[in-house]
This record gives sequence, structure tokens and C-alpha cells, in this order.
Amino acid sequence: MDIGAWHGLWSLLILGLFIGIVAWVWSGRRKDYYEQAGRIPLQDDDE
Amino acid sequence: MGNTYNYKVVRQFAVMTIVWGIVGMLVGVIIAAQLAWPALNFDIPWLTYGRLRPLHTNAVIFAFGGCALFATSYYVVQRTCHVRLCDDRLAAFTFWGWQAVILAAAVTLPLGITTSKEYAELEWPIDILITLVWLAYAYVYFGTILKRRVRHIYVANWFYGAFIITVALLHVVNSAALPVNFLKSYSVYAGVQDAMVQWWYGHNAVGFFLTAGFLGMMYYFVPKQAERPVYSYRLSIVHFWALIFVYIWAGPHHLHYTALPDWAQSLGMVMSLILLAPSWGGMINGIMTLSGAWQKLRTDPVLRFLIVSLSFYGMSTFEGPMMSIKTVNALSHYTDWTIGHVHSGALGWVALVSIGSMYFLLPRLYGREIHSTKLIEVHFWIATLGIVLYISSMWVAGIMQGLMWRAVNPDGTLIYSFVESVQAMHPFYIIRTAGGLFFLIGMLIMAWNLWKTCIGAQPVSAPIPAPAGAH
Repeated sequence: MDIGAWHGLWSLLILGLFIGIVAWVWSGRRKDYYEQAGRIPLQDDDE
Repeated sequence: MGNTYNYKVVRQFAVMTIVWGIVGMLVGVIIAAQLAWPALNFDIPWLTYGRLRPLHTNAVIFAFGGCALFATSYYVVQRTCHVRLCDDRLAAFTFWGWQAVILAAAVTLPLGITTSKEYAELEWPIDILITLVWLAYAYVYFGTILKRRVRHIYVANWFYGAFIITVALLHVVNSAALPVNFLKSYSVYAGVQDAMVQWWYGHNAVGFFLTAGFLGMMYYFVPKQAERPVYSYRLSIVHFWALIFVYIWAGPHHLHYTALPDWAQSLGMVMSLILLAPSWGGMINGIMTLSGAWQKLRTDPVLRFLIVSLSFYGMSTFEGPMMSIKTVNALSHYTDWTIGHVHSGALGWVALVSIGSMYFLLPRLYGREIHSTKLIEVHFWIATLGIVLYISSMWVAGIMQGLMWRAVNPDGTLIYSFVESVQAMHPFYIIRTAGGLFFLIGMLIMAWNLWKTCIGAQPVSAPIPAPAGAH
């Protein structure tokens, strides 16, 4: 394989990784966790 | 000390954000006026456009924007991790070191001491100081995250973290140079490689300094001021990773129709077009945070600054990909359209989100209510008017320039000489100067309002509250 083919494979791998991140983040099991995480700035009040 | 936040360094950077904002924008107004009335350089070499322009860009990007990023990142990382900064002395070093960098720039650039690389003009001794300050910044920032008392790292910290890491990489690679004496060096790259490295740096200075860092700001201060969580936290994570995966590839669009290989130009164009998706995802996520509470925009001018900044972020991140299309770029490149585009992002997005964050931050750091909400309203409208005058005049000027340059007679000769296109710009340069002046007046109003708010107040020393719930 030439360098171009390796670059193509690498790009596909990175794309797959990104799709994996999206699927992981959007998994229903993590919905509550992320809803809680989104409230972090609102839970730091001492003023 | 260990049970309070380090607000001292946040306060120092926040105050200098306002100071450098006024200085940088004043220089901007002066050079805008020089373009309309060239005699305003008074034949003094260090007042000429070529010397003051890099002073303006360095002052607004690295002094104003940089101080805003230092201030807010130190504030956000402490408050979302429920810990004090991991090293107070190093944090103080980042403040004094960064001010030394800015002062060195303010002296060397008007003297004509420059590498001539755009947005990386500072000579090698200053570059080394920047590297040292940045390493200390990274140590303090990531060290604080490491000792956090909550499990989850809030998304704003991811954006700030990416900004810190990527800017370190960009600065070191692009500044690699061979010194020939104390004040002169030459890039280790040559020809088209030099251009490619420069615009890989230049575009990602926009992408990571002026975008990722300020998105970190947005993801904390918009929910805080709106008093509601970000619209979709999951979208914010996808926004982060999409931006990180794509932005770094977009630089070649600055080199369309040059000696850069055609495939690299096309790659830069395609990546720039893809960037529209994460950019708009983030913009929609920020604006929709107000969903169900839109009425707050009528009564809260600070929130208005933050939300309108997102609107300008959306506008400029739509315009940018469009301008990266090679056929559009053939018209827009080298014209004032680019200047209008940059200021739509710089004034509309970067400055407005910073101003909104400073209005949030400074009264809290001094334990005072804002002196005058009415003056924030006045600032908002005068700044918005200034931006609209600036960018619309540059759109018209830029498109007119591009069309005049490419207009040809049937025999192939040019219809207009270059100087005719310069002459045609004159009224638009006057309007642009007025727009910049309005924006500067807004900054002076802000400085007065915050001075009246903070003068005589005792700096706040805030205790660190226990983390809530599972986080």
C-alpha cells in the first residue's frame, strides 16, 4: 500500500472514532448523567 | 487560603482586559482613520500604518482577548472543579509574564522589530517568554483540573483545555526560527512550506484562540447569566469533538490560487465547509439555552451581549465557509470583505462575549452591584451600531474592490486602475472609522461603569462550597 492508502485508512479510522464518540454521548443510558453535568455551573453559587 | 478561590489573579486579568481592550481598539481607530486620511501618520515612522497595524492586532487578540481568556478560564476552572488554583505563584507569574509580553510587543512593533509573520510578529526573545508563560498556564490550569473535587469535567473546561494545548503547539511550531541577533530571526521554513505553516498557525489562532477559548467562556457564562443549564449538554460534547477533529485542517483556504498544491487548497476548502456544522451546532446550543426564557433578553443587557455575540458567531461562521469556496474566494481574497468578515467575528463574537463575561465577573469579584444597568444598555446599542457600520461598509467596499479589479474591456485590458479602486473606498473607510469609534466609545462607557462599580470596594474572598450531588 502506498502512503495515500494509509492516509485514507487513517482518515476512516478517525471518522469512525468520531462517530463512536457521538454514539457514546447520545446513548440513552447516559442521558441523566449529562443532564446533571449540564447543571454544574448552576451549582457553584456562593454569592 | 486553601478553602477560598484565588480571585486575585482573575481580578488582575479582568481589569487588564478592559485596559488593553481600550488601547487595542484605540490603535484600531487610528489606523482606520489613517486609511481614510493617510496624512494622519504625520510622517513619523512609528506611527505609520505598517507598524501600528500589527500593534492593533496583537493588542486586541493577545492582550484584550488573551487577558479575557486567562481571567475567565481561571475563574471557571476553580468554580466548576470546586478547588483553588493549584499554584498561586505560578498563576501570578502568568499574569506578570503576559503583561511583560504585551509591553514588549507595544515597544518593539512600533519600532519596526518584527518577524513579518501575521499574528506572530514578535521576535524570538519574546516568543520564548510567551512559551514559558504558556507552560506555566498549562501547569496551573491542568493541575487544577487534576485536583478537582467533582468527577465530571464541565464542557467549558474541555474547550479551554483544547485552546491551551493547541495554542502551545501552534506557537512553538510556527515560531521556530534562526536568530541572527538579539532582535532579528528568520523562519526555519522557506517558500510555500513557510506559507503553509504560517496559515496553519494563522487559521488555528482563529480556531483555538479566538473560537475554542471563547466557546469555553460561552458555555459557562451564558448558563450562569440565563440561570438555566445549557440547552443540550450532549450537543455541547459533540460540538467540542467535531470542532477539534475538523478545525486544524482548514488553514489552506488562506492560500487559494497560490503555489500551494491544488489538493491542499481543496482540502482546506472542504474542511472549512464541514466546519459550518459544528459551529452552528454550538451557536444554536448557546442561543437555545434561553428557550422558554426569552423575556430575559428584554430586561438583562448582559445576557443580550452574550446572546448577540452568539448571533455574530453564527453569522461569521456561515460567512467563513462561504468565503473559503474557491470561486467565492477569487472575488473576496485581498479585498476589504475579508476585513469585514474578521471584524464580524472579532467585534461581534469575541469582544461581545468577553464584554458580557466581564460585566458578569467584575461586580462579583468586588462584591458590588453594577453601578448603572442603563449604561450597559447604552454600551450594548452603541457597540452593536458600531459593528453594523463596520462590517456593512467593509462588505460593500470589499465586493466593489473585487469587482473593480476583475473588470476588463473586450480587448482584455483592465477597466479600472488600482488607484481608482482605492479612491472608491474612501467613503467606506470613513464609515468604518465611525463604526470603530462607536465601538471604542462603548468600551470607555464600560470602563467608567465598572470603575464606578469597583472603586473603593474590598476585593471578595469567596469560600469554596462543597460539590453538590453525584458530581
